[in-house]
Amino acid sequence: MDFLTNTGVPISWYLILSAILFTIGASGFLIRRNIITVFMCIELMLNAVNLSFISFSYMWRQVDGHIITFFVMVVAAAEAAVGLAIILTIYKNRGTLQIDQINTLKN
Amino acid sequence: MEMILFFVLAFVAIGCAINLVLQAHPISSAISLIGVMVSLAGLYLLLGAEFIAAAQIIVYAGAIMVLFTFVIMLLNTGAEPPGRMNNLGRFLGLPLLFVMVGLLAVVLVQVVPPTQEVKFGNFTSGGAADVGMLLFTKYVLPFEATSVLILVAILGAVVLAMKEMD
Repeated sequence: MDFLTNTGVPISWYLILSAILFTIGASGFLIRRNIITVFMCIELMLNAVNLSFISFSYMWRQVDGHIITFFVMVVAAAEAAVGLAIILTIYKNRGTLQIDQINTLKN
Repeated sequence: MEMILFFVLAFVAIGCAINLVLQAHPISSAISLIGVMVSLAGLYLLLGAEFIAAAQIIVYAGAIMVLFTFVIMLLNTGAEPPGRMNNLGRFLGLPLLFVMVGLLAVVLVQVVPPTQEVKFGNFTSGGAADVGMLLFTKYVLPFEATSVLILVAILGAVVLAMKEMD
């Protein structure tokens, strides 16, 4: 139990966790068909990148990574506002949220 | 202690993320995403980022996810029908996922020096005072640019909502 209680966590484990979360988000982005779920997978990927920014910030003992994470949060909030407005408009016009059926730009 | 906390939070985060992808109903996915964000806030606290952990809870789990659940409940489209997937995706998707995670892990372990360890309390300059000082001196121009971005986003949302009313 000494291993569990006294040693610190290697910084690469945080980065590997970030990579796992990013990969799960990317796979969900590819396999899901509901546009809201796809949007939530994008948020998951943004969160994974935030975790690696904070880890690198700890590694170099600098606060700059925290600032970048703060900006990512602001951009995610703006993106959520505009994206959900677009989703509402699409549902109003097309009556569906399945991205297979929203292919107006295809032809 | 750090090790136990890290493993608990990491398993909660990964489990909630997998649940997000596998759930058929969007509202279950949204609740899982809130779980991911809360456990990530705990990890930020372990890394000494107090301000970002608070902002993660308030902005992400509070504001953005409430917006998501609001839209999901407003539209109320129900569960997603099971999608059709071709054989390539069905049999090769999961192994390729593991290959990608394995490659990233190998590269990270080789690049990041293994002597770097996270001990709680070693990095304490992540409070609101330090972040605010850097935000208003070195990064004041990007900060002002984000205010313009927020303004444009508000205008865009209002324009889209007005188009909906016509």
